[in-house]
Amino acid sequence: MLSQHLPILLVVVPLLAAPIIVLLRRSFPSWLVATLASIATLAIALPLLARAVSEGVISYAIGNWPPPLGIEYRVDAANAFVAFIVSLIGVFVMPYCRHGVSSEVRAEEHYLFYAMMMLCLSGLLGILLTGDAFNLFVFLEISSLATYVLIAMGRDRRALVASYQYLLMGTIGATLYVIGIGLLYLQTGTLNLADLAVRLPAMGDPRSTLAALAFITVGISLKIALFPLHLWLPNAYAYSPSAVSAFLAATATKVSIYVLMRYFFTIFGETVVFDARYTGVILLALSLAAMFIPAVVAIFQTDVKRLLAYSSVSQIGYITLGISLNSVGGLTAAVAHLFNHALTKGGMFLVLGGVVLRLGGSALDRMAGLGRTMPIAAFAFVIGGLSLIGIPGTAGFVSKWYLVTAAMAEGQWWLAGAVMLSSLLAVIYVWRFVEVAYFREPPEGLPPPGEAPLTMLLPALAMIVACVWFGLDASWSGSMARAAAEALAGGWK
Amino acid sequence: MTFAGHYAYFVTILLLMVGLFIVIARSNLIKKLIGLGLFQTAVYLLYISPGKLIGGVAPIVGEGFEVYSNPLPHVLILTAIVVGVATLALGLALVVRIKEAYGSIEEEEILGLDADDELKSRDRS
Repeated sequence: MLSQHLPILLVVVPLLAAPIIVLLRRSFPSWLVATLASIATLAIALPLLARAVSEGVISYAIGNWPPPLGIEYRVDAANAFVAFIVSLIGVFVMPYCRHGVSSEVRAEEHYLFYAMMMLCLSGLLGILLTGDAFNLFVFLEISSLATYVLIAMGRDRRALVASYQYLLMGTIGATLYVIGIGLLYLQTGTLNLADLAVRLPAMGDPRSTLAALAFITVGISLKIALFPLHLWLPNAYAYSPSAVSAFLAATATKVSIYVLMRYFFTIFGETVVFDARYTGVILLALSLAAMFIPAVVAIFQTDVKRLLAYSSVSQIGYITLGISLNSVGGLTAAVAHLFNHALTKGGMFLVLGGVVLRLGGSALDRMAGLGRTMPIAAFAFVIGGLSLIGIPGTAGFVSKWYLVTAAMAEGQWWLAGAVMLSSLLAVIYVWRFVEVAYFREPPEGLPPPGEAPLTMLLPALAMIVACVWFGLDASWSGSMARAAAEALAGGWK
Repeated sequence: MTFAGHYAYFVTILLLMVGLFIVIARSNLIKKLIGLGLFQTAVYLLYISPGKLIGGVAPIVGEGFEVYSNPLPHVLILTAIVVGVATLALGLALVVRIKEAYGSIEEEEILGLDADDELKSRDRS
């Protein structure tokens, strides 16, 4: 009975948790509700994923209004898998917030922090599950508005400017998306994504379809932080509270990437997007630029959080590279990297949050001798770094392997070389941390900081362990990525 | 393809461009938000104007109501207006906080202050 309502419950549970938290007002009960709600979303996302993989498309009519007139939630292996990733990261991050937030957010704002986290989670899950183009925009704005508030809660005053800049860029991106779906609606008279996927090919490709494609692509790319539209990202990740950096780096851009894949492969179809014009070549060029330029910028950062932020922009390049290959293999690599990078980068930001708590800042210089003063955190951070590079035995290797195989299957041998070269850049920026942490003396005269509290260390370590786990045994994540890729490429017919 | 037939689209595009230009070119954070508001409002026009038919009435099923305007764009734009108001309110709240923290709402001055801080912290270390 309840199982048929899983798609809507996944969105409603965190959405209801937010006002409950605001009513509770006290820090501890708010945290408890937020943690329970995030565990509940994972408990809903798992059976939903299992059903979507075994049964195919699940359609849920909101309020029993039959689609395409009513709003429909449409779940298949692709969005169920990304929804699983988002709720999994939520379960890692929420317990972490208890101590992670106490030093970074004022005590009287704690309940607002948790309420915003819940709204953000709910918005992201809504974007994934909805089968309605305009509904998607509303959820996009719910998650974005919550994100702006969360970033502004960072204790540095630059967090405010970072949040303001993201607000401008994010709103422009969302508005461009609305223009795009407006043009599609004027042409087809429908906002239901599955219905659009049926009606659009029948129209051929008139100029207004192409204009809509262009608006949607650029608007969503702003949200993805696809190079060169990434300018909001480094400051937003660097100055927001650590738990927020981890959550956003692991989920927000990933959800937007899913939206782009959905529009490219399911709604417009690869004949309109890739075969008839140069979208693939442009996306390939931008992905290559993203793999190299931000990685070089990351090498010169003096702040570890900013270093990780630039590395995120660079890693997004690998995912869009997979999309630009326009094959099931490429999509599999994209989805697999989406999962693996979420674990890696989320874990690294969580570890870093513990270090920031003890050292009082994230400047690279402060981390001198960290290998001796905080051995567990430093070691976990290095393991995460190895996964960013793509060393065999870590999750990062698996998705790069998929990516290189997919590129070779398309006959693009030189891309394999490009992936290797940009991994070498990752070696350099991870090495900078290793050098400071292991080969410099810890500052004298200061008491050794000691490890972060267990509530922070355990979730962080769990993510790093998961990152090694899925590096050693990729059979489950690989088969999920393939099912997701096939669902995306196969369409909703 | 007459100018009059596409009048609403020309106005929409003009407003879009004016709004976007203000966001990019102005340094004052409040003026940027005004530009952003204009940019969003122009999109409302893109939705509303094609939904209206000359001589169209509200969609009522019955005798004598044959030509009617599409109500859906209005509903969508009501939602979009709510989203736009929320965004603007949050943007203005951020500007208040920025003014409290920096004592300025000019982007160039704020970035200058940040650059000074950066230099000082580097000198110390």
